[in-house]
Amino acid sequence: MAAVLALSAVGLSLTFGVMRVVNVAHGEFFMLGAVLAWVVVQAVPSAPLGFVAALILCPLVVGAVAALADTAILKRLNYDPEATIVATIGISYILQQGALSFFGPDARAVEAPFSLRLQFPWFGYSGYKLFVVIAAGLVLLAVWLFMTRSRAGLVMRATQVDRNTARAFGINVDRVYAGTFALGAALAAVAAVLIVPIQQAHYLMGHDPLLLSFIVVIIGGLGSIRGTLIAALLIGLSDGIISMFFTPTLAKIVATLAVALVLVFRPQGLFGARA
Amino acid sequence: MRALSLHLAVLALLLALHFVLPAYHHANLARIMVLAVFAMGYNIAFGYTGLLSLGHALFLSAGMFGAGLLIQHFGLTAAPALLIGTLAGAAMAALTGLLALRTAGVSLMIVTLMFAQAGYLTLLYFGAVTGGDEGFPVPAAGRVAFGLNLAAEGPRYLVALGLFALALMGNLALVRSRFGRVMVAMRENEERSRMLGYNPFAVKLGVMVLSGLYAGAAGAFYGVMFGYVGATFATIPYSILPLLYVLLGGAGVTLGPLLGAVLMFYLIDLASSHTTAQLAVTGGALLVLVLFAPKGILGSLRERGLASWLP
Repeated sequence: MAAVLALSAVGLSLTFGVMRVVNVAHGEFFMLGAVLAWVVVQAVPSAPLGFVAALILCPLVVGAVAALADTAILKRLNYDPEATIVATIGISYILQQGALSFFGPDARAVEAPFSLRLQFPWFGYSGYKLFVVIAAGLVLLAVWLFMTRSRAGLVMRATQVDRNTARAFGINVDRVYAGTFALGAALAAVAAVLIVPIQQAHYLMGHDPLLLSFIVVIIGGLGSIRGTLIAALLIGLSDGIISMFFTPTLAKIVATLAVALVLVFRPQGLFGARA
Repeated sequence: MRALSLHLAVLALLLALHFVLPAYHHANLARIMVLAVFAMGYNIAFGYTGLLSLGHALFLSAGMFGAGLLIQHFGLTAAPALLIGTLAGAAMAALTGLLALRTAGVSLMIVTLMFAQAGYLTLLYFGAVTGGDEGFPVPAAGRVAFGLNLAAEGPRYLVALGLFALALMGNLALVRSRFGRVMVAMRENEERSRMLGYNPFAVKLGVMVLSGLYAGAAGAFYGVMFGYVGATFATIPYSILPLLYVLLGGAGVTLGPLLGAVLMFYLIDLASSHTTAQLAVTGGALLVLVLFAPKGILGSLRERGLASWLP
Protein backbone atom coordinates (compact mmCIF):
# COMPACT_ATOMS: atom_id res chain seq x y z
CA MET A 1 0.00 0.00 0.00
CA ALA A 2 2.76 2.42 0.92
CA ALA A 3 4.56 1.70 -2.35
CA VAL A 4 1.51 2.37 -4.49
CA LEU A 5 0.73 5.45 -2.47
CA ALA A 6 4.24 6.72 -3.11
CA LEU A 7 3.82 6.27 -6.87
CA SER A 8 0.58 8.17 -6.99
CA ALA A 9 1.88 10.88 -4.67
CA VAL A 10 5.06 11.37 -6.68
CA GLY A 11 2.87 12.00 -9.72
CA LEU A 12 0.99 14.71 -7.84
CA SER A 13 4.17 16.14 -6.41
CA LEU A 14 5.69 16.32 -9.87
CA THR A 15 2.82 18.33 -11.32
CA PHE A 16 2.85 20.67 -8.39
CA GLY A 17 6.60 20.96 -8.22
CA VAL A 18 7.20 21.73 -11.86
CA MET A 19 3.96 23.46 -12.81
CA ARG A 20 2.74 24.89 -9.50
CA VAL A 21 -0.61 23.36 -10.30
CA VAL A 22 -2.68 21.57 -7.70
CA ASN A 23 -4.29 18.80 -9.68
CA VAL A 24 -7.58 17.88 -8.07
CA ALA A 25 -8.27 15.48 -10.94
CA HIS A 26 -5.30 13.35 -9.92
CA GLY A 27 -7.50 10.85 -8.11
CA GLU A 28 -9.62 10.56 -11.24
CA PHE A 29 -6.57 9.76 -13.34
CA PHE A 30 -5.88 7.03 -10.83
CA MET A 31 -9.44 5.78 -11.20
CA LEU A 32 -9.18 5.96 -14.99
CA GLY A 33 -6.05 3.82 -14.88
CA ALA A 34 -7.80 1.18 -12.78
CA VAL A 35 -10.91 1.12 -14.94
CA LEU A 36 -8.89 0.91 -18.15
CA ALA A 37 -6.89 -1.92 -16.63
CA TRP A 38 -10.11 -3.86 -16.24
CA VAL A 39 -11.10 -3.13 -19.83
CA VAL A 40 -7.73 -4.21 -21.21
CA VAL A 41 -7.62 -7.37 -19.11
CA GLN A 42 -11.10 -8.26 -20.37
CA ALA A 43 -10.04 -7.70 -23.98
CA VAL A 44 -6.89 -9.82 -23.82
CA PRO A 45 -7.69 -13.49 -23.26
CA SER A 46 -4.63 -14.82 -21.47
CA ALA A 47 -4.34 -13.48 -17.93
CA PRO A 48 -0.65 -12.58 -17.45
CA LEU A 49 -0.41 -11.15 -20.96
CA GLY A 50 -3.48 -8.98 -20.36
CA PHE A 51 -2.01 -7.59 -17.18
CA VAL A 52 1.25 -6.71 -18.89
CA ALA A 53 -0.68 -5.06 -21.71
CA ALA A 54 -2.66 -3.07 -19.15
CA LEU A 55 0.49 -2.01 -17.37
CA ILE A 56 1.86 -0.60 -20.63
CA LEU A 57 -1.30 0.71 -22.29
CA CYS A 58 -3.12 2.33 -19.38
CA PRO A 59 -0.43 4.84 -18.40
CA LEU A 60 -0.05 5.79 -22.06
CA VAL A 61 -3.77 6.38 -22.53
CA VAL A 62 -4.16 8.22 -19.24
CA GLY A 63 -1.08 10.29 -20.01
CA ALA A 64 -2.54 11.20 -23.38
CA VAL A 65 -5.83 12.24 -21.79
CA ALA A 66 -3.91 14.37 -19.30
CA ALA A 67 -1.80 16.00 -22.02
CA LEU A 68 -4.97 16.79 -23.93
CA ALA A 69 -6.59 18.30 -20.83
CA ASP A 70 -3.48 20.36 -20.25
CA THR A 71 -3.23 21.85 -23.71
CA ALA A 72 -6.97 22.28 -24.17
CA ILE A 73 -7.81 23.78 -20.79
CA LEU A 74 -5.02 24.50 -18.35
CA LYS A 75 -2.80 26.29 -20.87
CA ARG A 76 -5.56 28.75 -21.68
CA LEU A 77 -5.79 29.67 -18.01
CA ASN A 78 -2.09 30.56 -17.91
CA TYR A 79 -1.80 28.13 -14.99
CA ASP A 80 -3.37 30.62 -12.64
CA PRO A 81 -3.40 28.54 -9.42
CA GLU A 82 -6.98 29.18 -8.36
CA ALA A 83 -8.51 28.92 -11.81
CA THR A 84 -6.70 25.63 -12.44
CA ILE A 85 -8.09 24.15 -9.25
CA VAL A 86 -11.61 24.99 -10.35
CA ALA A 87 -10.84 23.61 -13.80
CA THR A 88 -9.39 20.36 -12.49
CA ILE A 89 -12.48 19.94 -10.29
CA GLY A 90 -14.48 20.24 -13.50
CA ILE A 91 -12.24 17.71 -15.25
CA SER A 92 -12.59 15.28 -12.37
CA TYR A 93 -16.40 15.47 -12.56
CA ILE A 94 -16.30 14.76 -16.27
CA LEU A 95 -13.94 11.82 -15.87
CA GLN A 96 -16.14 10.38 -13.12
CA GLN A 97 -19.18 10.71 -15.33
CA GLY A 98 -17.33 9.12 -18.21
CA ALA A 99 -16.38 6.14 -16.10
CA LEU A 100 -19.90 5.87 -14.72
CA SER A 101 -21.51 6.00 -18.15
CA PHE A 102 -19.20 3.61 -19.95
CA PHE A 103 -18.12 1.38 -17.12
CA GLY A 104 -21.16 1.27 -14.90
CA PRO A 105 -21.62 1.77 -11.19
CA ASP A 106 -20.41 -1.69 -10.13
CA ALA A 107 -17.02 -2.48 -8.71
CA ARG A 108 -15.11 -4.91 -10.95
CA ALA A 109 -12.29 -7.13 -9.87
CA VAL A 110 -9.19 -7.89 -11.89
CA GLU A 111 -7.39 -11.12 -11.22
CA ALA A 112 -3.78 -10.97 -10.23
CA PRO A 113 -1.44 -12.16 -13.00
CA PHE A 114 -0.09 -14.84 -10.70
CA SER A 115 -1.08 -16.12 -7.32
CA LEU A 116 2.08 -17.20 -5.68
CA ARG A 117 2.09 -17.39 -1.93
CA LEU A 118 5.32 -17.11 -0.04
CA GLN A 119 5.08 -19.26 3.01
CA PHE A 120 7.36 -18.32 5.82
CA PRO A 121 7.33 -20.40 8.97
CA TRP A 122 5.54 -17.74 10.97
CA PHE A 123 3.44 -15.94 8.40
CA GLY A 124 2.36 -16.16 4.81
CA TYR A 125 2.75 -13.34 2.38
CA SER A 126 1.06 -12.88 -0.95
CA GLY A 127 3.63 -12.99 -3.72
CA TYR A 128 1.69 -10.45 -5.73
CA LYS A 129 1.91 -7.81 -3.03
CA LEU A 130 5.66 -8.32 -2.95
CA PHE A 131 5.73 -7.91 -6.72
CA VAL A 132 3.80 -4.63 -6.38
CA VAL A 133 6.34 -3.29 -3.93
CA ILE A 134 9.24 -4.23 -6.19
CA ALA A 135 7.56 -2.88 -9.33
CA ALA A 136 6.67 0.39 -7.62
CA GLY A 137 10.21 0.70 -6.36
CA LEU A 138 11.58 0.18 -9.87
CA VAL A 139 9.26 2.78 -11.37
CA LEU A 140 10.19 5.27 -8.67
CA LEU A 141 13.86 4.62 -9.29
CA ALA A 142 13.28 5.19 -13.00
CA VAL A 143 11.50 8.48 -12.29
CA TRP A 144 14.30 9.59 -10.04
CA LEU A 145 16.94 8.71 -12.64
CA PHE A 146 14.87 10.44 -15.30
CA MET A 147 14.62 13.62 -13.27
CA THR A 148 18.26 13.77 -12.22
CA ARG A 149 20.17 12.23 -15.11
CA SER A 150 18.34 12.73 -18.38
CA ARG A 151 18.14 15.85 -20.52
CA ALA A 152 14.36 15.96 -20.30
CA GLY A 153 14.57 15.84 -16.52
CA LEU A 154 17.04 18.69 -16.57
CA VAL A 155 14.71 20.74 -18.73
CA MET A 156 11.83 20.02 -16.35
CA ARG A 157 13.83 21.09 -13.33
CA ALA A 158 14.96 24.23 -15.13
CA THR A 159 11.34 25.07 -15.87
CA GLN A 160 10.50 24.48 -12.24
CA VAL A 161 13.12 26.94 -11.04
CA ASP A 162 12.30 29.75 -13.42
CA ARG A 163 9.72 29.48 -16.13
CA ASN A 164 10.64 32.69 -17.94
CA THR A 165 14.38 32.12 -18.02
CA ALA A 166 13.77 28.62 -19.30
CA ARG A 167 11.66 30.07 -22.07
CA ALA A 168 14.41 32.57 -22.88
CA PHE A 169 16.83 29.67 -23.32
CA GLY A 170 14.64 28.22 -26.02
CA ILE A 171 12.81 25.63 -23.96
CA ASN A 172 9.29 24.97 -25.14
CA VAL A 173 7.65 25.51 -21.78
CA ASP A 174 4.19 24.55 -23.04
CA ARG A 175 5.45 21.17 -24.11
CA VAL A 176 7.31 20.64 -20.86
CA TYR A 177 4.11 21.39 -18.96
CA ALA A 178 2.01 19.07 -21.07
CA GLY A 179 4.65 16.37 -20.65
CA THR A 180 4.86 16.84 -16.90
CA PHE A 181 1.11 16.76 -16.50
CA ALA A 182 0.96 13.60 -18.59
CA LEU A 183 3.81 11.98 -16.67
CA GLY A 184 2.16 12.79 -13.35
CA ALA A 185 -1.11 11.28 -14.52
CA ALA A 186 0.65 8.26 -16.00
CA LEU A 187 2.32 7.56 -12.66
CA ALA A 188 -1.09 7.59 -11.02
CA ALA A 189 -2.27 5.14 -13.68
CA VAL A 190 0.66 2.79 -13.07
CA ALA A 191 -0.15 2.85 -9.37
CA ALA A 192 -3.77 2.10 -10.17
CA VAL A 193 -3.02 -0.84 -12.47
CA LEU A 194 -0.77 -2.32 -9.82
CA ILE A 195 -3.39 -2.02 -7.11
CA VAL A 196 -6.40 -3.19 -9.09
CA PRO A 197 -5.86 -6.91 -8.36
CA ILE A 198 -5.80 -6.08 -4.64
CA GLN A 199 -8.67 -3.61 -4.58
CA GLN A 200 -11.40 -3.34 -7.17
CA ALA A 201 -12.02 -0.91 -10.00
CA HIS A 202 -14.86 1.49 -9.26
CA TYR A 203 -15.84 4.86 -10.68
CA LEU A 204 -15.63 6.59 -7.29
CA MET A 205 -12.36 5.01 -6.27
CA GLY A 206 -10.32 8.14 -7.03
CA HIS A 207 -11.39 9.86 -3.86
CA ASP A 208 -9.26 8.13 -1.25
CA PRO A 209 -5.99 8.06 -3.21
CA LEU A 210 -6.46 11.77 -3.93
CA LEU A 211 -6.71 12.69 -0.27
CA LEU A 212 -3.92 10.30 0.68
CA SER A 213 -1.70 11.65 -2.06
CA PHE A 214 -2.40 15.18 -0.86
CA ILE A 215 -1.47 14.15 2.64
CA VAL A 216 1.74 12.56 1.49
CA VAL A 217 2.72 15.44 -0.74
CA ILE A 218 2.04 18.02 1.93
CA ILE A 219 3.88 16.22 4.68
CA GLY A 220 6.78 15.52 2.39
CA GLY A 221 6.95 19.07 1.17
CA LEU A 222 5.39 20.05 -2.13
CA GLY A 223 7.64 19.38 -5.09
CA SER A 224 10.26 17.46 -3.14
CA ILE A 225 10.42 13.90 -4.43
CA ARG A 226 12.66 12.64 -1.64
CA GLY A 227 10.32 14.04 1.01
CA THR A 228 7.33 12.57 -0.80
CA LEU A 229 8.88 9.09 -0.70
CA ILE A 230 9.67 9.24 2.99
CA ALA A 231 6.23 10.61 3.77
CA ALA A 232 4.55 7.90 1.68
CA LEU A 233 6.31 5.18 3.62
CA LEU A 234 5.49 6.92 6.88
CA ILE A 235 1.81 7.37 6.07
CA GLY A 236 1.43 3.98 4.44
CA LEU A 237 2.84 2.22 7.48
CA SER A 238 1.32 4.44 10.15
CA ASP A 239 -2.07 4.17 8.48
CA GLY A 240 -1.93 0.45 9.12
CA ILE A 241 -0.69 0.90 12.67
CA ILE A 242 -3.28 3.55 13.61
CA SER A 243 -5.99 1.40 12.05
CA MET A 244 -4.99 -1.44 14.33
CA PHE A 245 -5.68 0.58 17.45
CA PHE A 246 -8.53 2.80 16.28
CA THR A 247 -11.27 2.37 13.72
CA PRO A 248 -10.37 3.36 10.14
CA THR A 249 -12.66 6.39 10.27
CA LEU A 250 -10.94 7.78 13.34
CA ALA A 251 -7.57 7.08 11.72
CA LYS A 252 -8.62 9.11 8.71
CA ILE A 253 -9.87 11.97 10.87
CA VAL A 254 -6.59 12.11 12.75
CA ALA A 255 -4.54 11.95 9.56
CA THR A 256 -6.58 14.64 7.82
CA LEU A 257 -6.44 17.04 10.74
CA ALA A 258 -2.74 16.40 11.25
CA VAL A 259 -2.06 17.28 7.64
CA ALA A 260 -4.15 20.41 7.74
CA LEU A 261 -2.20 21.53 10.79
CA VAL A 262 1.12 20.74 9.12
CA LEU A 263 0.08 22.96 6.25
CA VAL A 264 -0.96 25.72 8.65
CA PHE A 265 2.11 25.73 10.85
CA ARG A 266 4.78 24.43 8.51
CA PRO A 267 3.73 25.27 4.96
CA GLN A 268 6.98 24.08 3.41
CA GLY A 269 6.29 20.54 4.64
CA LEU A 270 8.54 18.51 6.86
CA PHE A 271 11.18 17.90 4.21
CA GLY A 272 10.58 20.68 1.69
CA ALA A 273 13.48 23.00 1.09
CA ARG A 274 11.52 26.20 0.66
CA ALA A 275 7.96 27.41 0.71
CA MET B 1 -30.66 54.13 -5.38
CA ARG B 2 -30.87 52.13 -8.60
CA ALA B 3 -29.24 49.19 -6.88
CA LEU B 4 -31.64 49.36 -3.94
CA SER B 5 -34.70 49.45 -6.17
CA LEU B 6 -33.38 46.55 -8.22
CA HIS B 7 -32.95 44.45 -5.09
CA LEU B 8 -36.42 45.35 -3.85
CA ALA B 9 -37.84 44.54 -7.28
CA VAL B 10 -36.23 41.11 -7.21
CA LEU B 11 -37.73 40.45 -3.79
CA ALA B 12 -41.14 41.66 -4.98
CA LEU B 13 -40.89 39.38 -8.00
CA LEU B 14 -40.10 36.41 -5.76
CA LEU B 15 -43.13 37.28 -3.62
CA ALA B 16 -45.34 37.55 -6.69
CA LEU B 17 -44.12 34.17 -7.91
CA HIS B 18 -45.45 32.67 -4.68
CA PHE B 19 -48.98 33.22 -5.93
CA VAL B 20 -48.59 32.16 -9.55
CA LEU B 21 -46.04 29.35 -9.73
CA PRO B 22 -47.19 25.76 -10.22
CA ALA B 23 -46.48 23.47 -7.26
CA TYR B 24 -43.36 21.84 -8.69
CA HIS B 25 -41.51 25.07 -9.41
CA HIS B 26 -42.85 26.61 -6.23
CA ALA B 27 -41.12 23.92 -4.18
CA ASN B 28 -37.98 24.20 -6.28
CA LEU B 29 -37.76 27.94 -5.80
CA ALA B 30 -38.04 27.61 -2.01
CA ARG B 31 -35.09 25.23 -2.15
CA ILE B 32 -33.15 27.51 -4.48
CA MET B 33 -33.61 30.52 -2.22
CA VAL B 34 -32.12 28.68 0.75
CA LEU B 35 -29.24 27.44 -1.40
CA ALA B 36 -28.77 30.99 -2.68
CA VAL B 37 -28.31 32.14 0.93
CA PHE B 38 -25.58 29.53 1.25
CA ALA B 39 -23.98 30.79 -1.97
CA MET B 40 -24.30 34.39 -0.76
CA GLY B 41 -22.25 33.50 2.28
CA TYR B 42 -19.72 31.95 -0.05
CA ASN B 43 -19.76 35.07 -2.21
CA ILE B 44 -18.92 37.25 0.79
CA ALA B 45 -15.76 35.21 1.34
CA PHE B 46 -14.80 34.38 -2.24
CA GLY B 47 -16.35 37.09 -4.38
CA TYR B 48 -15.67 40.12 -2.24
CA THR B 49 -12.70 39.16 -0.11
CA GLY B 50 -10.97 36.70 -2.42
CA LEU B 51 -10.90 33.85 0.10
CA LEU B 52 -11.27 30.73 -2.00
CA SER B 53 -12.49 28.12 0.47
CA LEU B 54 -13.33 24.55 -0.43
CA GLY B 55 -14.73 23.81 3.00
CA HIS B 56 -18.07 25.55 3.16
CA ALA B 57 -19.91 22.24 3.42
CA LEU B 58 -18.53 22.15 6.95
CA PHE B 59 -20.38 25.34 7.89
CA LEU B 60 -23.53 24.24 6.09
CA SER B 61 -23.59 20.94 7.92
CA ALA B 62 -22.70 22.61 11.23
CA GLY B 63 -25.88 24.65 10.88
CA MET B 64 -27.91 21.69 9.71
CA PHE B 65 -26.76 19.28 12.39
CA GLY B 66 -26.71 22.02 15.03
CA ALA B 67 -30.41 22.57 14.46
CA GLY B 68 -31.35 18.99 13.60
CA LEU B 69 -29.66 17.30 16.53
CA LEU B 70 -31.19 19.71 19.04
CA ILE B 71 -34.65 18.99 17.71
CA GLN B 72 -34.05 15.27 17.47
CA HIS B 73 -32.38 14.61 20.81
CA PHE B 74 -33.45 17.48 23.05
CA GLY B 75 -36.90 18.12 21.65
CA LEU B 76 -36.29 21.81 20.99
CA THR B 77 -38.80 23.71 18.89
CA ALA B 78 -37.80 25.09 15.52
CA ALA B 79 -37.17 28.73 16.43
CA PRO B 80 -34.38 28.30 18.99
CA ALA B 81 -32.93 25.37 17.04
CA LEU B 82 -32.68 27.48 13.90
CA LEU B 83 -30.99 30.27 15.82
CA ILE B 84 -28.49 27.96 17.49
CA GLY B 85 -27.82 26.16 14.20
CA THR B 86 -27.06 29.47 12.51
CA LEU B 87 -24.67 30.40 15.29
CA ALA B 88 -23.07 26.95 15.09
CA GLY B 89 -22.18 27.69 11.46
CA ALA B 90 -20.54 30.96 12.50
CA ALA B 91 -18.70 29.31 15.39
CA MET B 92 -17.39 26.57 13.16
CA ALA B 93 -16.23 29.19 10.66
CA ALA B 94 -14.49 31.12 13.43
CA LEU B 95 -12.67 28.00 14.54
CA THR B 96 -11.70 27.06 10.99
CA GLY B 97 -10.71 30.62 10.19
CA LEU B 98 -8.45 30.97 13.21
CA LEU B 99 -6.33 28.12 11.88
CA ALA B 100 -6.85 28.16 8.14
CA LEU B 101 -6.43 31.90 7.61
CA ARG B 102 -2.80 31.65 8.57
CA THR B 103 -2.44 30.30 5.04
CA ALA B 104 -3.49 31.88 1.77
CA GLY B 105 -4.24 30.98 -1.81
CA VAL B 106 -3.81 27.35 -2.75
CA SER B 107 -2.87 26.29 0.78
CA LEU B 108 -6.08 27.83 2.08
CA MET B 109 -8.10 25.74 -0.34
CA ILE B 110 -6.39 22.53 0.69
CA VAL B 111 -6.60 23.29 4.41
CA THR B 112 -10.31 24.14 4.26
CA LEU B 113 -10.92 21.05 2.13
CA MET B 114 -9.14 18.93 4.73
CA PHE B 115 -11.08 20.46 7.62
CA ALA B 116 -14.35 19.84 5.81
CA GLN B 117 -13.34 16.27 5.11
CA ALA B 118 -12.40 15.77 8.77
CA GLY B 119 -15.81 17.20 9.71
CA TYR B 120 -17.56 14.78 7.38
CA LEU B 121 -15.63 11.83 8.78
CA THR B 122 -16.46 12.97 12.32
CA LEU B 123 -20.15 12.91 11.41
CA LEU B 124 -19.71 9.36 10.18
CA TYR B 125 -17.72 8.39 13.24
CA PHE B 126 -20.50 9.46 15.57
CA GLY B 127 -23.02 7.74 13.33
CA ALA B 128 -25.00 6.51 16.34
CA VAL B 129 -25.96 10.12 17.13
CA THR B 130 -25.86 11.73 13.70
CA GLY B 131 -27.32 8.90 11.65
CA GLY B 132 -24.14 8.81 9.57
CA ASP B 133 -24.60 8.53 5.82
CA GLU B 134 -28.29 7.78 6.10
CA GLY B 135 -29.05 10.81 8.23
CA PHE B 136 -32.40 11.17 9.98
CA PRO B 137 -35.73 12.83 9.29
CA VAL B 138 -36.50 15.87 11.42
CA PRO B 139 -39.52 15.13 13.65
CA ALA B 140 -42.67 16.96 12.62
CA ALA B 141 -43.05 18.61 16.03
CA GLY B 142 -39.73 20.36 15.57
CA ARG B 143 -40.71 21.90 12.27
CA VAL B 144 -43.16 24.43 13.65
CA ALA B 145 -41.90 27.95 14.35
CA PHE B 146 -44.14 30.71 15.72
CA GLY B 147 -47.23 28.78 14.70
CA LEU B 148 -45.99 28.38 11.12
CA ASN B 149 -45.73 24.81 9.94
CA LEU B 150 -42.52 24.77 7.94
CA ALA B 151 -43.41 21.41 6.46
CA ALA B 152 -46.30 22.92 4.52
CA GLU B 153 -45.68 24.37 1.05
CA GLY B 154 -47.01 27.88 1.56
CA PRO B 155 -45.36 28.90 4.83
CA ARG B 156 -42.18 27.18 3.71
CA TYR B 157 -41.87 29.37 0.64
CA LEU B 158 -42.58 32.52 2.60
CA VAL B 159 -40.08 31.65 5.32
CA ALA B 160 -37.46 30.89 2.66
CA LEU B 161 -38.24 34.23 1.05
CA GLY B 162 -37.98 35.97 4.41
CA LEU B 163 -34.59 34.41 5.09
CA PHE B 164 -33.45 35.23 1.58
CA ALA B 165 -34.62 38.84 1.83
CA LEU B 166 -32.86 39.31 5.14
CA ALA B 167 -29.67 37.78 3.75
CA LEU B 168 -29.79 39.79 0.53
CA MET B 169 -30.39 43.14 2.21
CA GLY B 170 -27.76 42.32 4.82
CA ASN B 171 -25.34 41.52 2.03
CA LEU B 172 -26.15 44.79 0.24
CA ALA B 173 -25.66 46.80 3.42
CA LEU B 174 -22.43 44.96 4.11
CA VAL B 175 -20.79 45.64 0.76
CA ARG B 176 -21.79 49.30 0.91
CA SER B 177 -20.38 49.74 4.39
CA ARG B 178 -16.83 50.71 5.29
CA PHE B 179 -16.10 47.12 6.20
CA GLY B 180 -17.27 46.03 2.77
CA ARG B 181 -14.77 48.32 1.09
CA VAL B 182 -11.98 46.99 3.29
CA MET B 183 -13.00 43.47 2.24
CA VAL B 184 -12.55 44.37 -1.42
CA ALA B 185 -9.25 46.03 -0.58
CA MET B 186 -8.07 42.74 0.90
CA ARG B 187 -8.97 40.98 -2.31
CA GLU B 188 -7.28 43.51 -4.54
CA ASN B 189 -4.06 44.08 -2.63
CA GLU B 190 -3.58 42.66 0.83
CA GLU B 191 -0.12 44.14 1.36
CA ARG B 192 -1.24 47.64 0.51
CA SER B 193 -4.21 47.46 2.86
CA ARG B 194 -1.88 46.24 5.57
CA MET B 195 0.30 49.26 4.90
CA LEU B 196 -2.75 51.49 5.22
CA GLY B 197 -3.22 50.20 8.74
CA TYR B 198 -5.82 47.46 8.36
CA ASN B 199 -5.26 44.12 9.98
CA PRO B 200 -5.78 41.54 7.21
CA PHE B 201 -6.14 38.62 9.58
CA ALA B 202 -8.86 40.31 11.64
CA VAL B 203 -10.76 41.40 8.54
CA LYS B 204 -10.56 37.98 6.95
CA LEU B 205 -11.60 36.27 10.16
CA GLY B 206 -14.60 38.59 10.39
CA VAL B 207 -15.50 37.76 6.80
CA MET B 208 -15.15 34.06 7.48
CA VAL B 209 -17.49 34.28 10.48
CA LEU B 210 -20.08 36.23 8.47
CA SER B 211 -19.78 33.71 5.67
CA GLY B 212 -20.21 30.88 8.17
CA LEU B 213 -23.25 32.65 9.62
CA TYR B 214 -24.91 32.65 6.19
CA ALA B 215 -23.94 29.04 5.55
CA GLY B 216 -25.10 27.98 9.00
CA ALA B 217 -28.44 29.70 8.52
CA ALA B 218 -28.87 28.05 5.13
CA GLY B 219 -28.02 24.66 6.62
CA ALA B 220 -30.33 25.03 9.62
CA PHE B 221 -33.27 26.22 7.52
CA TYR B 222 -32.67 23.62 4.83
CA GLY B 223 -32.66 20.82 7.38
CA VAL B 224 -35.76 21.99 9.21
CA MET B 225 -37.73 23.09 6.15
CA PHE B 226 -37.17 19.99 4.10
CA GLY B 227 -37.18 17.67 7.08
CA TYR B 228 -33.96 15.79 6.44
CA VAL B 229 -30.51 16.00 7.99
CA GLY B 230 -27.70 13.85 6.62
CA ALA B 231 -23.94 13.64 6.35
CA THR B 232 -24.09 13.91 2.54
CA PHE B 233 -24.44 17.65 3.06
CA ALA B 234 -20.94 17.67 4.54
CA THR B 235 -19.28 16.08 1.49
CA ILE B 236 -17.00 17.86 -0.96
CA PRO B 237 -19.65 18.38 -3.67
CA TYR B 238 -21.55 20.63 -1.25
CA SER B 239 -18.43 22.76 -0.89
CA ILE B 240 -18.15 23.05 -4.65
CA LEU B 241 -21.83 23.81 -5.19
CA PRO B 242 -21.74 27.40 -3.86
CA LEU B 243 -18.52 28.01 -5.79
CA LEU B 244 -20.32 26.94 -8.93
CA TYR B 245 -23.36 29.13 -8.21
CA VAL B 246 -21.21 32.15 -7.47
CA LEU B 247 -18.99 31.65 -10.52
CA LEU B 248 -22.00 31.27 -12.77
CA GLY B 249 -24.01 34.20 -11.45
CA GLY B 250 -21.08 36.50 -10.91
CA ALA B 251 -18.53 36.66 -8.11
CA GLY B 252 -18.60 39.87 -6.14
CA VAL B 253 -22.14 40.80 -7.22
CA THR B 254 -24.89 40.65 -4.60
CA LEU B 255 -27.45 39.13 -6.94
CA GLY B 256 -24.95 36.71 -8.50
CA PRO B 257 -25.59 33.81 -6.11
CA LEU B 258 -29.35 33.88 -6.71
CA LEU B 259 -28.98 33.97 -10.49
CA GLY B 260 -26.34 31.25 -10.40
CA ALA B 261 -28.43 29.05 -8.12
CA VAL B 262 -31.56 29.39 -10.28
CA LEU B 263 -29.73 28.69 -13.54
CA MET B 264 -27.64 25.82 -12.23
CA PHE B 265 -30.57 24.20 -10.43
CA TYR B 266 -32.67 24.18 -13.57
CA LEU B 267 -29.74 23.21 -15.79
CA ILE B 268 -29.17 20.09 -13.70
CA ASP B 269 -32.91 19.51 -13.46
CA LEU B 270 -33.20 19.72 -17.23
CA ALA B 271 -30.15 17.55 -17.82
CA SER B 272 -31.32 14.83 -15.45
CA SER B 273 -34.66 14.59 -17.23
CA HIS B 274 -32.84 13.87 -20.50
CA THR B 275 -29.71 11.99 -19.48
CA THR B 276 -28.18 10.65 -16.30
CA ALA B 277 -25.04 12.66 -16.84
CA GLN B 278 -25.51 15.33 -14.18
CA LEU B 279 -21.88 15.05 -13.14
CA ALA B 280 -20.70 15.87 -16.63
CA VAL B 281 -23.03 18.88 -16.74
CA THR B 282 -21.59 20.19 -13.49
CA GLY B 283 -18.03 19.57 -14.64
CA GLY B 284 -18.65 21.03 -18.06
CA ALA B 285 -20.26 24.13 -16.56
CA LEU B 286 -17.24 24.65 -14.32
CA LEU B 287 -14.85 24.34 -17.27
CA VAL B 288 -16.82 26.62 -19.57
CA LEU B 289 -17.11 29.24 -16.84
CA VAL B 290 -13.48 29.20 -15.92
CA LEU B 291 -12.39 29.33 -19.56
CA PHE B 292 -14.78 31.80 -21.09
CA ALA B 293 -16.51 33.78 -18.36
CA PRO B 294 -14.44 33.85 -15.19
CA LYS B 295 -16.54 36.79 -13.98
CA GLY B 296 -19.87 35.04 -14.34
CA ILE B 297 -22.99 36.46 -15.97
CA LEU B 298 -23.59 39.56 -13.87
CA GLY B 299 -19.87 40.13 -13.43
CA SER B 300 -19.37 40.19 -17.20
CA LEU B 301 -22.30 42.57 -17.61
CA ARG B 302 -20.77 44.88 -15.05
CA GLU B 303 -17.38 44.67 -16.72
CA ARG B 304 -18.77 45.61 -20.13
CA GLY B 305 -20.21 48.74 -18.54
CA LEU B 306 -23.81 47.68 -19.11
CA ALA B 307 -24.58 47.70 -15.42
CA SER B 308 -21.59 49.26 -13.77
CA TRP B 309 -23.68 50.32 -10.79
CA LEU B 310 -24.33 46.75 -9.64
CA PRO B 311 -23.00 46.39 -6.09
